[in-house]
Amino acid sequence: MSAVAVPADAAQTRRARTGFGLLILAVAGSLLAYVLQGLGLHGEVPRNLAVYGLVFTGASLGGWLVIRYAARSADPALYPVAVLLGGLGLAMLYRLMDERGRVDIARDQAIWLLIGLVCFALTLLVVRDIRQLDAFTYTIGLAGIVLLLLPIVPGLGYEINGARLWVNFGFLQFQPAEFGRVLIVIFLASYLSQRRELLAAGIGRFGLPRVKDLGPLLLAWGASLAVLLLERDVGASLLLFGVFVVMVWIATGRSSYLLLGIVLFAIGAYIGWLALPHIQERVVIWFHALDPKNVNGIGYQLAQGWFAFASGGMVGTGLGLGSPTFIPYVGSDFILAAFGEELGMLGVAGILLLYLVLIGRGLRIGVERQDTFGKLLAVGLTTVIGLQVFTIAAGVLRLIPLTGVPLPLVSYGGTSRVATFVILALLVRASAGAWYRERKGP
Amino acid sequence: MDRQIRRLGFAFVALFALLFAQVAYVQVFAANRIAGEPANAARQIRAEYSVERGQILAADERTVLAESVANPDPNSVYRFLRKYPGRELYGQLTGYYSRIYGFNGLEDAMNPYLSGTAPEFTAQNLTDILLGRPKVGGTVLTTIVPSLQRVARSALGSHQGAVVALDPGSGDVLAMYSNPGYDPNPLSTGTDEQIKTAWNTLISDPQRPLVSKAFQELYLPGSTFKLVTASAALENGWGPDKTWPNPHVLNLPQSSSTLQNFGNEICHGGTTTVTMAQGFEQSCNVTFGLIGLHLGAERLSAEAHRYGFCPILPPNEVTCAEPTIPFILPWNSGRFPESSYFNENLPKVALSAVGLDNDKQNPLQLALESAAIANGGLLYAPRLVTEVRDSAGRTIKLFDKQEYGRPITPHTADQMRQMMISVVTSGTGTAAQIPGTIVAGKTGTATNCGPVPNCSVPPNAWFTAFAPAGSGQTPTIAVAVIVLDGGDLGSEATGGRVAAPIAKQVLQAYLKG
Repeated sequence: MSAVAVPADAAQTRRARTGFGLLILAVAGSLLAYVLQGLGLHGEVPRNLAVYGLVFTGASLGGWLVIRYAARSADPALYPVAVLLGGLGLAMLYRLMDERGRVDIARDQAIWLLIGLVCFALTLLVVRDIRQLDAFTYTIGLAGIVLLLLPIVPGLGYEINGARLWVNFGFLQFQPAEFGRVLIVIFLASYLSQRRELLAAGIGRFGLPRVKDLGPLLLAWGASLAVLLLERDVGASLLLFGVFVVMVWIATGRSSYLLLGIVLFAIGAYIGWLALPHIQERVVIWFHALDPKNVNGIGYQLAQGWFAFASGGMVGTGLGLGSPTFIPYVGSDFILAAFGEELGMLGVAGILLLYLVLIGRGLRIGVERQDTFGKLLAVGLTTVIGLQVFTIAAGVLRLIPLTGVPLPLVSYGGTSRVATFVILALLVRASAGAWYRERKGP
Repeated sequence: MDRQIRRLGFAFVALFALLFAQVAYVQVFAANRIAGEPANAARQIRAEYSVERGQILAADERTVLAESVANPDPNSVYRFLRKYPGRELYGQLTGYYSRIYGFNGLEDAMNPYLSGTAPEFTAQNLTDILLGRPKVGGTVLTTIVPSLQRVARSALGSHQGAVVALDPGSGDVLAMYSNPGYDPNPLSTGTDEQIKTAWNTLISDPQRPLVSKAFQELYLPGSTFKLVTASAALENGWGPDKTWPNPHVLNLPQSSSTLQNFGNEICHGGTTTVTMAQGFEQSCNVTFGLIGLHLGAERLSAEAHRYGFCPILPPNEVTCAEPTIPFILPWNSGRFPESSYFNENLPKVALSAVGLDNDKQNPLQLALESAAIANGGLLYAPRLVTEVRDSAGRTIKLFDKQEYGRPITPHTADQMRQMMISVVTSGTGTAAQIPGTIVAGKTGTATNCGPVPNCSVPPNAWFTAFAPAGSGQTPTIAVAVIVLDGGDLGSEATGGRVAAPIAKQVLQAYLKG
């Protein structure tokens, strides 16, 4: 063993210890939340605690062992934070579905969490170096576009609640856009890392990009509009375009792209407003949810979420002791309001801080990667999660009009759970790659 | 590139700061206003009903007066239902707990303890929140003796009226029942429609079952007020054997009106004079009218107020802001005019001395007087609640017995005791005799007519007693009974014939048990 390698090994061991400690805390926190919801709801410890506890702990440890095996020097915080968010989400879903007498739905979500962990492990085992993904730029890009637009295919896609974002293969129903988004980010990281010099240099008069360099931007804009108008999926469209603009801006370092992106976003939003009545309604609800004529009508969901937050106060009612099931679709879009009611401001702040940790770690990986592709990929994937969290949290909190996207790892939704774990696996992989530069100790 | 990534980081921090600010606004700064919106009523009611409210227990710590049970309907917004297993037996004590009409009785008076919001619960509540345990309210222990309460109900039978039994040595309320009572269950559980129907039935009932005749309604005391007049005379140094003129009727000063004995009878066979003890035994109005006139308004008023009657000044001030003697439930203590009321009205001193005119009382007031005499002159405020325990069984609040005052000296109390014994042995209250036990008592028969002459409306019958009353014995129970409108005897009713047998049953049941 060389003299240089010794401190690196020591640092790795330290990271592994930290990671394991955090994982224990995350598992303990998740199981505590599960016990508390049982106590709060029925005054007894959930009967299947042993089974659930063993499976949850086993699966979490399994994921950790795969990291130890396949990505030894990986970031220690990403995985435990994800486990904790997933565990808290499951505990809340159990509580919500139990009260509605639909524990089977919560059980499905637990299985989806397991599938997510398996996909996490598979991604780590298959993608041994993040730069493998750099090799198939256009194949991945094409696959991404296909997945995004798959729900439009007649006979395959179908609508739920006015948005056409589901695909039914008979044996499997899922939202392909969740995966499409990941592939698009990989494509963009790959494409932009090759073209960024050109794009950056291609700034013409008035500091604006030349028309011939606007191609990709306009293409992404078009794709986002297509998703918006053909699938009526505001959330997916917003995320897609947001990630794209951020990545172009990071790659080129040109603020003009950011500015142009905002202008295009405004135009797109206006087109959507004109074309889709339910966008207009969202805006009306945003402003007038609590008006007496709306509060039990179109504003009911948002108002009930708002009341849930307010009723929770500083510390909340305690898990299982509030009334979050007054909120329609509380398990998917409004799960943050359920946490707000039962764990209070402190609980919501805690959950948002966990996401902020994820975002912070993700961006740090971006800074510390030495290769442009790795940087762009890490930042892009992190931005997908960050924008998604902000969009749904701000929507539920009435900072922006409500856009239905799941709260990553926490909300009801199998596809989103699995896709988020794949994103995390890629981030973990990026943090452990050869191109990753260890921070110098003090 | 790194610079842009760091800027992106700052941007995310800024976005999340917006979220934090909004969360703090909704959940803390504007939380009460938002949560209090009328549109959020369903959640508020449910929150209140999701606390397992504490039990109200009888003195035996087993008999349940009120309890919360899990709602068998899992889809109901109300997780717990309030049940009153004793139905109307304890209804006026526990009160109801209605999501439409609010709550009253102990449910109201003890609400901070029953709901677990009293400051004593802070530590427990904090622990519960940390452990995620559901909040459970405190258990309230009362002084009610269930067997005695049942005897009180059965002794009253179909009579409209009320019974109060106290422990003279502590003021503990052993039984307190008023007929008709009401069942709090239909007001507390059921559909909104059912609750409203039950409420409307109760409030339109002319017998007013929602208002207790034992401690809320007020009636003329009649001859039972002679307890106060006699006490004032004894305190004034006029002994039981002091003789008083014994005319057939008493001509009242400053007027042409007269005061007659009950039924216009002749007191003590028409002897020229009678002692106060003889007049007390026979309950002669003439004797006590005279005593009242000789005592004067000041001394009579002062004695009444020492017994807890609150001062009023008719005709304008006839109510009291607060009861003189404290009690955990809102009650009406007795009322007796201030002495200045009698300045221009000497005849009214005589009327007031025999419990007429503006005198007012209810069985609780009367039982307190008996209890004070039984307890050697020391009056304890009535106590219904002794203790509150948290869900783990720890005592978190004790209610000690509470001295109210000394309306009479021990010597006067002893003389009163002896006069009351002769009422039962050879006077108007013989129906309350218990073989082997010395009972001290006083009857009262109060007109329901007001100043109307020759009226045929049946009177209210009173009786109060305590036992065992023998020399050197410590009385363990004092009771007061009222039967409205003469009970089943109608205009033939007297306190001795209608109310005394009821008091006897209650005394007997308690002394035996």
